[in-house]
Amino acid sequence: MKRFIGFVRKEFYHIMRDRRTAAILFGMPILQLLLFGFAIRNEISEVRTGILDLSHDVVTQELTNKLFSSGTFVASGVLNSEKEIGKAFASGKMNEVVVFEPGFAGKLQRDGTAQMQVITDGSDPNVSRIITGYTVSVVRDFLIEKAASAGQPAGVEAMPVMMFNPALKSVYLFVPGLMAMILMLVSALMTSISITREKETGTMELLLVSSLKPVQIIIGKVVPYLLLSFVNVITVVGLAFFVFGVPCRGSIALLFGESLLFIVTALSLGIFISSITNSQQVAMMISLAGLLMPTVLLSGFIFPITSMAWPLQVISNIIPARWYLVIVRGIMLKGAGIEVLWKETVVLIVMSLVFMTASVRKFSERLQ
Amino acid sequence: MKSDHKDYLQPLRIIGHILRKEFLQIFRNKGMLPLMFVMPFIQLVILSNAATFDVAEVPFHLQDFDRSALSEQLVKRFTSTGYFRMTGESYRQESGIEALVGRKADMVLVIPRDFEKEMSGTGHARIQMLINAEDGFTAGVVRGYANEIVSGFNRDLPILLPHMPGQSAVMPIIDIRSSGWYNPELVYSEYMVPGVLVVLVTIIGLFLSAMNVVREKEIGTIDQINVTPIKRWQFITGKLLPFLIIGLGELTVGLIIARLAFHVPMLGSYGLLYIVATIYLLVVLGMGLLISTMTDTQQQAMFVAWFFTVIFILLSGLFTPIESMPHWAQNLTQLNPIRHFVDIIRRIMLKGSNIQDILTPLSILTAQAALMLSLAVMRYRKVSA
Repeated sequence: MKRFIGFVRKEFYHIMRDRRTAAILFGMPILQLLLFGFAIRNEISEVRTGILDLSHDVVTQELTNKLFSSGTFVASGVLNSEKEIGKAFASGKMNEVVVFEPGFAGKLQRDGTAQMQVITDGSDPNVSRIITGYTVSVVRDFLIEKAASAGQPAGVEAMPVMMFNPALKSVYLFVPGLMAMILMLVSALMTSISITREKETGTMELLLVSSLKPVQIIIGKVVPYLLLSFVNVITVVGLAFFVFGVPCRGSIALLFGESLLFIVTALSLGIFISSITNSQQVAMMISLAGLLMPTVLLSGFIFPITSMAWPLQVISNIIPARWYLVIVRGIMLKGAGIEVLWKETVVLIVMSLVFMTASVRKFSERLQ
Repeated sequence: MKSDHKDYLQPLRIIGHILRKEFLQIFRNKGMLPLMFVMPFIQLVILSNAATFDVAEVPFHLQDFDRSALSEQLVKRFTSTGYFRMTGESYRQESGIEALVGRKADMVLVIPRDFEKEMSGTGHARIQMLINAEDGFTAGVVRGYANEIVSGFNRDLPILLPHMPGQSAVMPIIDIRSSGWYNPELVYSEYMVPGVLVVLVTIIGLFLSAMNVVREKEIGTIDQINVTPIKRWQFITGKLLPFLIIGLGELTVGLIIARLAFHVPMLGSYGLLYIVATIYLLVVLGMGLLISTMTDTQQQAMFVAWFFTVIFILLSGLFTPIESMPHWAQNLTQLNPIRHFVDIIRRIMLKGSNIQDILTPLSILTAQAALMLSLAVMRYRKVSA
């Protein structure tokens, strides 16, 4: 046992001695959280809009004012013909042009319907779709107001309540994903590389002939990363709370417990990767392509899983981060308890067990 | 005359030897090869299909306290449009929240008692929608869908409730036609694939070059090379050239996949694209080399490289639009090479931009390439002298 503690201490020294890695290990989560909190958003705050008004009447003027008073749309110029639209888009000066048909107000009065066109720079389809949606809702509000001022009944009024995140901050969405990504990086990637490194440089053989048992060697390698990861969890949750006001509505003990479970899953993945390869470069490539990319893309971190094509939805089930994300969001934002999250917890436990058994198999195969 | 000729070619021949050595080493590594050629495919398929914000069939929970003919009509609107799918129904206030917490529904539709009575009496009634706003963006879309359904319902009220007060006036309709230029069907993969190609080239270039020189340091072979008469610039050229070639190779594989599997259009010129890619790769490789001069182990190098890649990708406008960042962050992205290449490749492929259109980002990239390479070479001298 004493020898084992000595070994763990040696591993710790190895990591901390290297100032640069240590600085990144602790600095990266902070920097990324700040970036996500301050800079990266998936909502659009500024739509540069041009107006092509072929009617020039009271209603189009009113509607234009309404559009620009909402705060989202920024007046970026008046166009005189359809030909100018292409140039405005190509130069990036505008990303939306609103066109009112000739005789707009008259047609609205007479026929009860008039036509307007919303043309967007569709080269980014998401942005295009979002700003079209914004415009449509401004027009709808405009009509409702007009109807109300004309003394018409308002009809059914839908009152939306934004649950769990009333200010619709994207940082609420990103914090859990960020935690998953950092834990994957520190636990799986760093572990797999540090073990393959011992193999590559030949020091693994030395460790194996020492009086330490193989299991002790692996655990000794893993413990420092487990502690580091845990410190990172605390940093991220703390920063998210104090700087961005992301709440933890559920039990904080449960949150830390589940995080610990996820760290173990990630570590066993890292061990598994190092058991199937001998080269640091291969370990790194597998970790990057097989772990980090899917963790960012297929876990629901940025892109909702329900939006994906069904084959990808199926694949997302084998990504540990996907389950961890559900857990963290459940606990932090919805105040969910274990009675809601037991299924996800079981999935993570099973995954850890599978990876551990597989790597023990691989390792003992090699030793014989 | 003959000896002159020989002297002239000597340095190039040395580079040739280093190149051969590097290629042998790269292709000898059996684990690496499949990764290098399979990764682009997997990444393209996954990235370009996963990266979408489309919201389909929102599961909703119904709490209809009115249970009248009119409320039934309204619910029918929700279930029949294809935007919503009903997953449960209850008459207890708490069950709605529980459905949200338990992820059984993303919206709870609450129709209060006396809904129909109020509608026929005053022509005005309220319904409540509790929307799961964990993801603020999706929540906004869900609200939009619901509003659309409700206004459609309102338009048909005169038919549904003939006795409603004030129903004589018909609410005017503004018919909104929307169209997206350059990508009229708003196919997301067309937009994503060029950006993913950039990530691909970056990862291959940056990581391989960052780890390569460090590896020689780690196993000690760098000292052997340093005592040979090979000059620094020859060594560095010999080190970087293979990755440049591999990077462009990856790009080619990616472009072929983009063309055949995703039908991404190529409106601009391939020549221009390859010129830009070469300049971009020089930035990336210079960065990789710089990292490898500043680190001692592959683990370190990889970690530093990963750190910058993540930040550069997040701030590149690849996944989230640059327009939605605050102004200071938008200005900051000007320093980011990935941002410029993503921008250029999208413009060349999707809008058919020519060299004049991309002059600004291209000159920034060129300046960055010059800066990175000279920094790397300077650092390299210092470290190994």
